[in-house]
Amino acid sequence: MTDERTARFEARREQLALMSDDQLKDRFWQMCDAAMAPIVELARTHTSPSIERSVLLRMGIDSISCHGVVDRIQEAGLLGKGAGHVVLRLAEKSGTDVRAAAAAILEQHEVLQGLF
Amino acid sequence: MINLDPNQKLDVEFMLEGLEHYHPPRKGWTWREAPAGGIDMGPFHFRDMSRPLKNSIGLPASKYFGHIDPQPSCVITTEIASGRFEDDLRRMRMAAWHGADHIMVIRTTGQSHIDGLLEGTPEGIGGVPITRKQIRASRKACDQIEREVGRPINFHSYVSGVAGPEVAVLFAEEGVNGAHQDPQYNVLYRNVNMYRSFVDAAEAKSVMAGAEIFQIDGAHNANATAKAGWLVMPELMVQHGLNCAFSAAAGMDKSLIGLSTVPPNAPPAPKLWYDLPYAVALRDFFSEYKMRAQQNTRYIEADIEEAVRTHTVDTLISMLTRADIQSTITPDEGRNVPWHYNNIRGIQTVKQTWAALDGIKELLTLNHDGPLGEMVRDLKERAVAFIEEVVETGGYFAAVEKGFFVDSAKYPERSGDGIARDGKGGVGAGSIVLREPDYFAPVCSHFGHNHVPEGLAKVCDPIGGCTLCVPEKIVYIDELDPGDSCDKRLEQTLPYRKGDLIRPEAEWAGDGTVLIQLFVAQSEDIAPVYAVEMARKMGLLDPEVVNTTVMHPAEGCFVEVKGKVAFDIDRTTLKIPVKEVVLPEQDLRDAVKQVGLKVVAGTVGEDEHSVGMREILDIKHGGIEKYGVKYHYLGTSVPLGKLVDAAIETGAQAILISTIISHNDTHRTQMRKLAALCLEKGIRDRIILIAGGTQVNRDMAKETGLDATFGRGTKGIQVVDAMVKVLKARGVL
Repeated sequence: MTDERTARFEARREQLALMSDDQLKDRFWQMCDAAMAPIVELARTHTSPSIERSVLLRMGIDSISCHGVVDRIQEAGLLGKGAGHVVLRLAEKSGTDVRAAAAAILEQHEVLQGLF
Repeated sequence: MINLDPNQKLDVEFMLEGLEHYHPPRKGWTWREAPAGGIDMGPFHFRDMSRPLKNSIGLPASKYFGHIDPQPSCVITTEIASGRFEDDLRRMRMAAWHGADHIMVIRTTGQSHIDGLLEGTPEGIGGVPITRKQIRASRKACDQIEREVGRPINFHSYVSGVAGPEVAVLFAEEGVNGAHQDPQYNVLYRNVNMYRSFVDAAEAKSVMAGAEIFQIDGAHNANATAKAGWLVMPELMVQHGLNCAFSAAAGMDKSLIGLSTVPPNAPPAPKLWYDLPYAVALRDFFSEYKMRAQQNTRYIEADIEEAVRTHTVDTLISMLTRADIQSTITPDEGRNVPWHYNNIRGIQTVKQTWAALDGIKELLTLNHDGPLGEMVRDLKERAVAFIEEVVETGGYFAAVEKGFFVDSAKYPERSGDGIARDGKGGVGAGSIVLREPDYFAPVCSHFGHNHVPEGLAKVCDPIGGCTLCVPEKIVYIDELDPGDSCDKRLEQTLPYRKGDLIRPEAEWAGDGTVLIQLFVAQSEDIAPVYAVEMARKMGLLDPEVVNTTVMHPAEGCFVEVKGKVAFDIDRTTLKIPVKEVVLPEQDLRDAVKQVGLKVVAGTVGEDEHSVGMREILDIKHGGIEKYGVKYHYLGTSVPLGKLVDAAIETGAQAILISTIISHNDTHRTQMRKLAALCLEKGIRDRIILIAGGTQVNRDMAKETGLDATFGRGTKGIQVVDAMVKVLKARGVL
């Protein structure tokens, strides 16, 4: 494995040796960007329980409630809508503030039904 | 905001008051101000220094240079972690006084695997639980301390693990100024699922960017983990590159992205031949990014001096290349959880090296034409080849699955001992969720797809502003378990902080920790066993050897043993000598001139010692002559009568005697006789009588009837001061 890799490396190196220092630097950054581009796209299009809890925190909901609320929303299959979106929609529907909506989600699971 | 009094201990209880309403007065990272033209301090011009502090403590030798305390142009980091943040606040203050302006708080063991935020102030292990209360109290203390020293303090902790986005929000809300964030660290060292780690990281980085929090990556861990840290350099460059590229894509400003870089080798290896080309190659490729130069911990174990020497060379490498932040490592890190005074030692290592080598790049240039240039180019080509292979393999995740990273061989060679992770495995596997087209997050600093309703001025308008815009919305939780809280611990340490009880400490108030250094003329097998037994007989609790250095296999060892003192001493029972405040030099000169002060002097009894007296008299030694006093020196073994007669004859206002021999209390007898003789001659009320000697002390004047008595280490100025004070008391001046 190492022998094979070393042979590939030597071939690669012949090409790299032709580059100036600046070209080598550009190549390094092109490759780093290329390696990260699909991962940036993954991050752009996905979310996670921690991201959604961090959204609720920013909405002024305490850290302990955030945990339970995101769990309920995930169980209801609504995390892809955004937990903040869910809480906000419930608050608008029931005419309360977002904290009361978060508390309602913790207390009564059925409030999430038919929200979307 | 209050002004701290340098003569008063930090009031920890005050820092904990009113925290529910405390918000940081400023946010974001601060660099030091280093004038381009350099800085003049004392008799010197410095080329690479920032503005001096309002209050600080210089290096020990600074007393010889007008107490100057030059402050390096780079930010200086100290890492603080004792398990009890309330005790760390005092450590932060000490560190700031010695020149640290980047205070990094290590998390308690295992916090990176906790799925969510911690609250309250439970005790930590090897670090502190990072919570809102802990940060708020620490930031509040730093806000006071930075006013005291006159320079902003950057407060720093870690955004990693499976709660990264939440921790980032907490930091942004509470004014944390710097943080480690590197999704590769989670994957490689914490076995967090790779997809989860990167998805979370983008959000965390976006939040950090919004609050202008400086980011440090985690690549240096490969040095500390790989068996041969100096061989993983091409990979390290790639790890730095990946985090930088990902961070910039997540919206971070490149000027707030730092590389955590460690010179990977340590003596007895020929360090410079590895570390210098690496440092140069890194700075070439990452010219747009900041360098946070860390010191080597990989090969540091028990010997503090060895650590300090390696760290000095590490700092030299920083100065020969570039460091925007110079980190320091407590030199005792390899043998225990760092002790607070060792934080200061680490800072002093950098401060001393930086002052000594100030402006080194104006004097020396690196020779890129020789082997250095070849080695730099070689590292760069290996790094590019490495990342090319990562991309060809199918990308970053595929490369991690194949164990590309933290392999201990120098690329392209492979030892096969890299850390491989399964994309379907790890903590939080399968937890990421695809955002639906109508996904919406009504908050600021959010990353990625967000279906924001049209016509909004601000994304957080639907909720009337998020906590980043309206801090009053932040929910402050004080304690979840009052039994495991700082309040409980502070009750126990109160007598040591605000009462009269004293016990030594190294980590926590009154912890009793002491270190004893000894040489034992026994072999390596026997010496440490003896040291523990000795410490136990001295009454120390839990004695433990922390270092043994062989001086010779048979002749013996240097041993360091730590233990705990089990008793308190009440401060009010200590007899503290009253400090004699010496009058200003000019006042003394003026007084001497006004009365034309003259003295006669000599060593009395059958005593041939002359050195001490000459030092008190001669201008060369800073003696009384320097202040204008005229003297008549009669030599050694002078009879007392001769001295008194000479004083009368010459009209001297004082007699100075030196008496060294103390056998049979000769010194006291001579001093008493001098007083009696002057009384007999009727001149006692107009002559000043002073005695000095190695066995003499300040308290002997009263019992012998003299005006002042001095012991070892006395300087001429103190003698002049005593004479002037007597003259003032008698109304002559």
